[in-house]
Amino acid sequence: MPLYHDDEQTMLQDTARGFFDEHAPVSHMRGLRDAKDPAGIAHELWRRCGEMGFTMALIPEEDGGLGLGHVEAGIVQEAIGRNLTPSPLLATAIGGVVALRAATNDLRTEWLPRIAEGVAIVALALEEGSKHAPDQITLKACKHADGFVLNGAKRFVPHAHIADLLIVSARSSPGAEPMLLAVTRETTGITMRTQQLADASLVSDIEFDDTVVEHSNVLVPPRDTGALLEEILNAVRVGAAAELIGLADGAMERTFAYLRDRKQFGVEIGSFQALQHRAAHLYGEVELARAAVLKAQRELDGGSGDRSRHAMVAKAIASQAATLAVQEGVQMHGGIGMTDEHDIGLFMKRARVLAELYGDTNYHAHRLASVNGY
Amino acid sequence: MTDDLTQFRKETRAWLQSNCPLQMREPQTDEDLYWGGRDGAFANSAQKQWFEAMLSRGWTTPDWPTEYGGGGLDPERAKILREEMSRINARPPLSSFGIWMLGPALLKYGTEEQKRYHLPPIIRGEIRWCQGYSEPGAGSDLASVATRAEDKGDHWVVNGQKIWTSYANKADWIFCLVRTDPTAPKHLGISFVLFDMRTPGVSTRPIRLISGNSPFCETFFDDVVVPKGNLVGTLHRGWDVAKYLLGHEREMISAMGLGEVESITTGISEIDPLLRSQMALFDVRAAAFRACSELFLDEFRAGRAHPAKSSMMKYVGTELNKARHELLMSAGGFEAARWSGGSDAGASAQAWLRSKGNSIEGGTSEVQLNIVAKRILSLPST
Repeated sequence: MPLYHDDEQTMLQDTARGFFDEHAPVSHMRGLRDAKDPAGIAHELWRRCGEMGFTMALIPEEDGGLGLGHVEAGIVQEAIGRNLTPSPLLATAIGGVVALRAATNDLRTEWLPRIAEGVAIVALALEEGSKHAPDQITLKACKHADGFVLNGAKRFVPHAHIADLLIVSARSSPGAEPMLLAVTRETTGITMRTQQLADASLVSDIEFDDTVVEHSNVLVPPRDTGALLEEILNAVRVGAAAELIGLADGAMERTFAYLRDRKQFGVEIGSFQALQHRAAHLYGEVELARAAVLKAQRELDGGSGDRSRHAMVAKAIASQAATLAVQEGVQMHGGIGMTDEHDIGLFMKRARVLAELYGDTNYHAHRLASVNGY
Repeated sequence: MTDDLTQFRKETRAWLQSNCPLQMREPQTDEDLYWGGRDGAFANSAQKQWFEAMLSRGWTTPDWPTEYGGGGLDPERAKILREEMSRINARPPLSSFGIWMLGPALLKYGTEEQKRYHLPPIIRGEIRWCQGYSEPGAGSDLASVATRAEDKGDHWVVNGQKIWTSYANKADWIFCLVRTDPTAPKHLGISFVLFDMRTPGVSTRPIRLISGNSPFCETFFDDVVVPKGNLVGTLHRGWDVAKYLLGHEREMISAMGLGEVESITTGISEIDPLLRSQMALFDVRAAAFRACSELFLDEFRAGRAHPAKSSMMKYVGTELNKARHELLMSAGGFEAARWSGGSDAGASAQAWLRSKGNSIEGGTSEVQLNIVAKRILSLPST
């Protein structure tokens, strides 16, 4: 099978780009930011994402979804990245769905149809520190009559303040297998402190104080939970990588257009070889990353034994390429690129957060070296 | 359709399993390549057996038309064959500039008679080709070639000099850029011609490189008679053929980027943790490049690739290969810097030095960036 998109995927790409370009361009994000919108997203847009089927790609058909794959989910994520659209789609329709569709209990039937409809929002509460470290889980889940009692904290959880469901990693004791719990935000004993990051996205620190979670809220996969956690992380890493590719495209399009239009010394600055070579180099870096992301999506969809490795590569290289795209973007725009009025700076801020999300380049390169045996 | 492909994969896997000798699945060096030609000799019986088996199915050129002896595979089947060969590390049965460069140009621009005359011997490895492009005064500025072809009615007389002609001293025929109209603007006076290297007046002189090896030659033409029938494409419009062929050449050279560093990794994190970091970041790029190469090849074979994308691939692939050899040398220390003795008798150092040519041959990195900026990014010309 060729690696490039087939006809249906190309059609979906046109649809998704058309939708987000029209309904949620960068001005949409800017509007939410300037209005200090407490939700940080437009609920109406989220509902329409459901109508368009964007939330359904990874949901099996028997659960009300489309039964498509990570390639399709990534196409939507890329359209979001191009427009810097604030959206809980990554955590909900990719991470949340991969978690919930593996559940052997009622969680699956309870939540998947609601995600499909664009009603429910899911947040992934998997981090406890400032850098991505999903193995470092100190949130404690102690056995209790009706299930478990949670004590501890999670940090920097995107969209937690508007989530209907939190997927939380915990351990019964240090060194024990991780557990995953699906907890509603209103559960007693949960308090949140919500803050803004540089890209105007809202993240929350979540305190669990004797939070009682019933047995029915424990995510029970067919095999071990550690493997499911890895599956969820693979999915959101590749999803975030797709968003980074879209972001890099958006930054590049603006930058190359500026090189073609802006005149200094009586000529378009894009005619200078010093800038042409940097632009062409940047294009190559983004193409490299685009192919790695596409490959990782295919490997996830094919259930390849090598999928974790491909996910690492995709997230590592996409973070790197997008970072270069925004750095070159701001520099090549000159003074105007430093202004809040111009969009290119918004791309830079979003790239910083996305590069960090679910592991940055160094994190994944380090893991890849370990997997490769050194 | 999908079932057919599955069946093809199954059959191909079984066929390769029983026809690819184990010796032909071991890692190869430049010396292990079989180039064919009039003087071509097999290094051993396994190489011969493998070549003949592949040839019997037309798989020295899997996706060329069957009417000339090619395999006739569509892009999807050709990809399956590549994947299955790669799965068992099968070596290519035949290395050939005829296959990688001239053949695609002949298929597009050649007359039926030229295809029937030249393609079968390329497929069968009987004629070894070399490329007469660069000249002492025409490197990055290739279109300023000065080798003259003077019109003598039914033939031309060619005079001039080529340089960096890979393996010219071992080649049987040459495809060559000559100036047929010295009065026209430089891109519009070039023709693409073919001739036998045994023609009187052709001589070659190998050039010793920093690696100590001499894969390149100077090639001299002194009143070389070339029949008019050996013109490919339109008279004076050889630049179109040359550019098309360069796309294939760049695709070929970009494959240099597919190498790995895994074999040198023992104990590196204790000895040099910073080198480990560099290697880790290299591995990320190398894996991404493999995906990029797969995607590009799929697009290229399906005729969907932007014609200038081979320039991007060539740039990225060759820079990656140079970086790989720098890491290999760094990891290998003094052992890798050996010029004689040791287990590989200077092979690491020679390969490292050879890699420096990758970003020069077939158009420098800087030329590729110019092409990408202009043709893909539509940035303005000066």
